[in-house]
Amino acid sequence: MQWETVIGLEVHVQLATKTKIFSGSSTAFGAEPNTQASAVDLALPGTLPVANEEAFRFATMFGLAVNAEIGKRSVFERKNYFYPDLPKGYQTTQLAEPIVGTGFIDLELEGGRTKRVRIHHAHLEEDAGKSLHEDFAGMSGIDLNRAGTPLIEVVTEPDMRSAEEAVAFAKKLHSIVTSLEICDGEMSQGSMRFDVNISVRPKGTEKLGTRTETKNLNSFKFMEEAIALEVERQIDVLEDGGKITQETRLYNGDTKKARSMRSKEDSNDYRYFPCPDLLPVILDDEYIETVRKQMPELPEAKRARFVEQYGLSSYDAGQITMDKFSAIFFEASTKISGEPKLTANWIMADLGAYLNRTEQRIDHSPVTPELLAGLVVRIKDGTLSSKIAKQVFEAIANGEGDADTIIETKGLKQVSDTGALEKIIDDIIAANTAQVEGYRAAAEDKRAKMLGFFVGQAMKASKGQANPQALNELLIKKLNG
Amino acid sequence: MAVDRSDIAKLSKLARIQISDEAADEAAKSISDVLALVDQLQAVNTDCVLPMAHPLDAVQRLRADVVTEANQREMFQSIAPAVQDGLYLVPQVIE
Amino acid sequence: MHQFTIAELVKGLRNKDFSSTEVTQHYLERIARLDKTYNSYITVTPELALAQAKAADKRLADGNQPALCGVPIAHKDIFCTTGVRTSCGSKMLDNFIAPYNATIVDNYLDSGVVMLGKTNMDEFAMGSSNETSYYGPVKNPWAIDCVPGGSSGGSAAAVAAHLAPAATASDTGGSIRQPAALCGLTGIKPTYGRVSRWGMIAFASSLDQAGILSRTAEDAAILLNDMASYDTKDSTCVERDVPDYTADLNKPLNGLRIGVPKEYFGEGLNPQTAAHVESAIKVYESLGATIHSVSLPHTHLAVPAYYVIAPAECSANLSRFDGVRYGHRCENPKDLNDLYMRSRSEGFGAEVKRRILVGTYALSAGYYDAYYSKAQKIRRLIKQDFVDAFQSVDVILGPTSPSPAFQFGSKTKDPVAMYLEDIYTIATNLAGLPGLSIPCGLVDNKPVGLQLIGNFFAESQLLNAAHQFQQATNFHQQTAAGIE
Repeated sequence: MQWETVIGLEVHVQLATKTKIFSGSSTAFGAEPNTQASAVDLALPGTLPVANEEAFRFATMFGLAVNAEIGKRSVFERKNYFYPDLPKGYQTTQLAEPIVGTGFIDLELEGGRTKRVRIHHAHLEEDAGKSLHEDFAGMSGIDLNRAGTPLIEVVTEPDMRSAEEAVAFAKKLHSIVTSLEICDGEMSQGSMRFDVNISVRPKGTEKLGTRTETKNLNSFKFMEEAIALEVERQIDVLEDGGKITQETRLYNGDTKKARSMRSKEDSNDYRYFPCPDLLPVILDDEYIETVRKQMPELPEAKRARFVEQYGLSSYDAGQITMDKFSAIFFEASTKISGEPKLTANWIMADLGAYLNRTEQRIDHSPVTPELLAGLVVRIKDGTLSSKIAKQVFEAIANGEGDADTIIETKGLKQVSDTGALEKIIDDIIAANTAQVEGYRAAAEDKRAKMLGFFVGQAMKASKGQANPQALNELLIKKLNG
Repeated sequence: MAVDRSDIAKLSKLARIQISDEAADEAAKSISDVLALVDQLQAVNTDCVLPMAHPLDAVQRLRADVVTEANQREMFQSIAPAVQDGLYLVPQVIE
Repeated sequence: MHQFTIAELVKGLRNKDFSSTEVTQHYLERIARLDKTYNSYITVTPELALAQAKAADKRLADGNQPALCGVPIAHKDIFCTTGVRTSCGSKMLDNFIAPYNATIVDNYLDSGVVMLGKTNMDEFAMGSSNETSYYGPVKNPWAIDCVPGGSSGGSAAAVAAHLAPAATASDTGGSIRQPAALCGLTGIKPTYGRVSRWGMIAFASSLDQAGILSRTAEDAAILLNDMASYDTKDSTCVERDVPDYTADLNKPLNGLRIGVPKEYFGEGLNPQTAAHVESAIKVYESLGATIHSVSLPHTHLAVPAYYVIAPAECSANLSRFDGVRYGHRCENPKDLNDLYMRSRSEGFGAEVKRRILVGTYALSAGYYDAYYSKAQKIRRLIKQDFVDAFQSVDVILGPTSPSPAFQFGSKTKDPVAMYLEDIYTIATNLAGLPGLSIPCGLVDNKPVGLQLIGNFFAESQLLNAAHQFQQATNFHQQTAAGIE
């Protein structure tokens, strides 16, 4: 039987506010445990929440970016359950009246295919703290620094049909929230966490299968792996005549295994009700328009601008603008070098590969926009061959200095000087008389192929530094006698 | 609406309030009594009435996004039952 | 000295007739000697009080001191006080020392008010008799075998026994007005949002409001001036100037339109209580007020709606007491669930548990619409009753409590009978309106309370009406027999 995968996502996006959603505690990452947990965050008795205006501004921007209606009246509710990382015994969240209503995101997939994923809604809520499971003599340690960090939870319709589509959605969402500067996008720090609802059904049928939810995936890679694994598991179960149990699952990115966390029967009765400590938040049209005007450029607009302004291909512009930081990098570097196409190529190819390999982010790249521009300028003016340029790039990445310093100290300057090249060519002609004879005897159309041998020899002799264009011209001239 | 022992068990679990078997019947009775009082509400037609969560028709004031809280961990943890290395200790959390 | 009202203390301190240290010492001595009988305090803070009195005396000597500088009062143990245990009447918080002050505590500190200690109360303010306190019941100074009312019974008994000239209190369904009635005091619950809730341990957030128990309406006005403030730490606190509540006290009542709701004089009202309220109406007529019959048709639904809304809110508000960050924690929990179950079951008393369970039920899947949502709709109808009534009257008048103080244990077995104690006070909380109780007579030598309900933020008008009544009568000057 042919199976179809159906995927819906719930994404927790940590908002990059300076303070928590209901208290004036800092949200900075990496502080000592519980040093950013105030009386409100610790739910000490008698404390009260006051909502952060920036969280609403950010959520409004997000809503506008995903073509959604903004909830002019939004209401916080209490979601009741006991857990040590939830100090109040309830999470303050939104349910019936969220800040962001229905919207959509359009995806561009490989092969130029496009796909619209509908957003069911997005709501504001507070993050929980963390349980540290290191052994404190059989106890867990609770750090509440994260408790109260503002989140928007984005809930999609079950519109995705493959891991590829889900990952494309996740990447697009990442690019939107980072471009809006409402989230730092640091997935390894939990700034974006994905819950994936997965079901399968016989291809061609309408009825949705029983779904499972794999929680808390914090990288695109894990998301892709977890979906593949779960789809395979569900198909196996169904093909063996089994039934899928509605359950919550956990995927372990290290072991590449998933397990059941709890089934629906154990699920809580959350007893939502409007939070009496907080009043309805009312946003008017004027406010929404003001926010709209303040919004940074979105990836789609940026892509169009890059095509227009820099002459990039639509594909390249799409790649570069996918990540806010690569777009920033591109513009900064191009501004210095004046070479958009070459810069884009280097960002997508060598720099991209290097950052991937060393697991670094482009905004933390040791090869800065200035350093890349220095390299690109030397490629453009013919100082470096593209082959040598790769060598110089590696040296820059190793912190050996800028392109000019490395060219100088390593003597990597491309040899275009006719005198030096003539000497090399003369030596090669003298040492390979048979090949020269052969070349000269050959028909015109065969010669081009035979030229390669001499180019190779000359490059070898020049340690790769010969300017290929000058070398070619001179070789042909000399060989032709 | 009257509640029985199984309702009490469910409520006990949700609210994390232990109720011994001996106390369950009495709890069921007293809660049923309260619910009987409350059931008077059902007699009123409220079809066209909006729920009122709050006495004043006020709206939420929003706070500027400015850090106002300093680290007071030492003071806050001086009243905590069990802490180690700045963390609150609880019996192992199993996910 | 303990006969003085707050107004008299203010005057005496200003005239240097006595020092704050002398007044404070006098009260501390009385508390030490007499409170064994009443159990009105959970914690007495002599060292702190004397230090505050000393500082107040210095400010008084320097001149330019705030009005209340040097006046001692007691705080209900629901208000957080830095460095002093705040138990909320519960074993759960027997070891809890708040790292911050409630806003009202800070407001009074700024005014140089001296804190004598923290008063007893029903556990988490849930009760109408003060019998649910972990620290034992409070005795009514008027009748030692009777309850002082609740939940602010400790504050009421302390003031009635002259162990404090006045005390702070809180009112979720009548917890200021009913003890005021049962102990022969003046008690005011301001409009919801008039006084900050920051640092007041929450019972039912949309109903809770801090207020005052005092001997006279004038004292209540003086104290409310400093208690009320706009507080950015409480989202539900209203941004509105605080008037001088003493300014209108002496306004004549000519033309004041008083509404008397017929629903407040029905079945269940003690006839002698009713007679005193009728007499009070005559007093108002003699003062120039006009009396109008009004109807609050949904009155009978106030108690049922309240016993959905208050437990629902409390079931969530009390989830934070889990034995993790503060408060009671059971010995040797064997796992996480055991930690929660035992800490909460050991820490909370029977009434608190009952309300948590009722609230949990009312919010649970399948019952939300029938209970919680329904009660919130009824709440709107109840508020609308008042809005309609205030179209034609300025103040609503009725009994505070259906009968005078009752004996210990007489209602503890029957929670519903206890809940009906608040039948006349609860609607005010649901609507968010200000309410006040003043003494208007005695039945079997036990005080009877007269309730005045005002329109939103009409505290000045209520206090004016109460003060004028007290100018014309002497019920508020009566003291229980046996009070030294």
